[in-house]
Amino acid sequence: MTWKRFPGVILAGAAVLLAGACDGGGATPGISPRQMADALHTVLETDRTVYTRLIVNRLAVEEKAIEASEHWKDDKALLLPAQMFRAGATMVREKNAGFSYALLSMWPVNKQNKPRTEVEKIGLQYVVDNPGKNYYAEETLGDTTYFTAVYPDIAVAQACIQCHNEHKDSPRRDFKMGEIMGGVIIRISL
Amino acid sequence: MDGTWSTVWTYLGWGIVPLGLSVYLALSFWSEHRAMFLPGQTTAGHYQIELACQACHTPFAGVKQSACLDCHAAELERANDSHPSSKFTDPRNADRVAILDARLCVTCHREHRPAQTRPVGVTLAMDYCFHCHADLAEERPSHAGLGFATCANAGCHNFHDNTALYEDFLLEHLHEPALLDNPVVPLRAIFQPRPLGRADADGPPPRSPDDQRLFEDWVSTRHAQAGINCTDCHRQPDSGASQTSEKIWTDRVGHAVCQSCHQAEAEGFLAGRHGMRLAQQLPPMRPELARQPMKTSAHGRELGCLSCHSAHRFDTRQAAVEACLACHDDAHSRAYTGSAHFRLWQKELAGQLPPGSGVSCATCHLPREIHRQGETDTVRVQHNQNGNLRPNEKMLRSACLQCHGLGFALDALADPELIARNFSGQPAVHVASLDMAERRQAETARTDEQAEEGR
Repeated sequence: MTWKRFPGVILAGAAVLLAGACDGGGATPGISPRQMADALHTVLETDRTVYTRLIVNRLAVEEKAIEASEHWKDDKALLLPAQMFRAGATMVREKNAGFSYALLSMWPVNKQNKPRTEVEKIGLQYVVDNPGKNYYAEETLGDTTYFTAVYPDIAVAQACIQCHNEHKDSPRRDFKMGEIMGGVIIRISL
Repeated sequence: MDGTWSTVWTYLGWGIVPLGLSVYLALSFWSEHRAMFLPGQTTAGHYQIELACQACHTPFAGVKQSACLDCHAAELERANDSHPSSKFTDPRNADRVAILDARLCVTCHREHRPAQTRPVGVTLAMDYCFHCHADLAEERPSHAGLGFATCANAGCHNFHDNTALYEDFLLEHLHEPALLDNPVVPLRAIFQPRPLGRADADGPPPRSPDDQRLFEDWVSTRHAQAGINCTDCHRQPDSGASQTSEKIWTDRVGHAVCQSCHQAEAEGFLAGRHGMRLAQQLPPMRPELARQPMKTSAHGRELGCLSCHSAHRFDTRQAAVEACLACHDDAHSRAYTGSAHFRLWQKELAGQLPPGSGVSCATCHLPREIHRQGETDTVRVQHNQNGNLRPNEKMLRSACLQCHGLGFALDALADPELIARNFSGQPAVHVASLDMAERRQAETARTDEQAEEGR
């Protein structure tokens, strides 16, 4: 590089830096926690619906090619859709990805999955009382503040309602297709 | 002048004494006197490696969770851990973690606290389940009034391993007889490629009667049959492939040599009570270092693969009983040869019962595991005896239930006197979990029936 070209390179570098500063300063707004939570939920809900309909419902309920079992290891069976979802949630937490998610219900098979925090209690009731709507709030748990989103969890396949309506630990046994069975909670640390 | 000398001596005294003490302590830390730095007696699980401080402690960072998992992660995974750390990293459990930080092993298992240490190295008060399951009786009315200190020591639940204790498993095993119809353990598959004969031996020729005996042992046993030649084991670690046997030969064969073929077995050995010192680069375990009663005649022996699987003969039957009883001298071990288990073992050896019918020490403490890969089942011996030792319900699936019904096995494991007699006699203790599961099953069926009639 010759010295004559040097000022031009400096100028170009400054322009790049300025453009970068403008990006962070609001010219192109970043993704809000709510947008991020909605996007995460879209992926989670879609993947689980695919697993529920195309794997579990097809193979275990319709074609009876393989069983889906709560004790999938012992029974050499498919994970139940809720277990698949929770296994993913566990792996995500292990990666410290800055967000977490959980599947909860006011009628949980495992009582540890009933709402515990105030936002969970209010949010789950809200999505049940307001079909089609989600609930968003901020909450502080421990020493961390979270943006928390609650989405309705809807029975999308016969496998969902069959399992919950027949399980001995299920406190509610009259679920119907398309009904809200619980909620997906996504937390993003702020 | 006297005053000046006095001042000099005072300063020297204040300087030299601490300096000398520091040097002494520093040297001691790197010597065999390191034990003086132990802040209290180490637990039964860790005393063997207590002088390998770095196995648990990271300088200026305390005991990291990864130090625990380095040794115990595989065991927890096998146990399908009911309370993995990840359960408590969910932010919704932050209030619980503030009370009991179950994300970390050291919250419940603190070392060097002998006065607080309970069975299985737990240093919490035994009612710790209360913190998360206080409202249990709402869900399980049958549990109302049961003390939280009894959850984990009545034979019903464990914190980590509930693989043989969960409700549906209990229901599957209701009313099983004490002895099952086909009481045999899985048989190990023996790998047999081209066998070797006398003429194939590639070691130096035998030079003494002892050498000749070793040679005969090799040629008549499994290693020769499996095509393993002398220098496959007696090879110096960094020797080249093309050198003559005299140049590469070594008499000493360590566990690393065995590990090159027996990978899974060696990993289990290094994770268990027999090999954990070697895993920490400490000298091998010797019986006189053990806290359990050991025979004085065994003192001085060093534990490695060959201490149980005697070199060249590699008789697994000898390793399964005689090797254990050559060292172990506790009541349970001493009672073994008077037990029904031993009589079955003798009958199997005599060919009076089919293979897998006998119960050796190894049958229960080094259990056979079936590993499925595709259509093939491989049976391996788990050499980490710690993996199914305590709490002893961990032994149910890997050992007891191969031959016994669950109810009988639960009762037997809950009876310490019966264990000391090596299971000679009948259990004098009854674990109620199967009864409770059956009652609940009947109640649920009744409720469902009434609901059906009401529709």
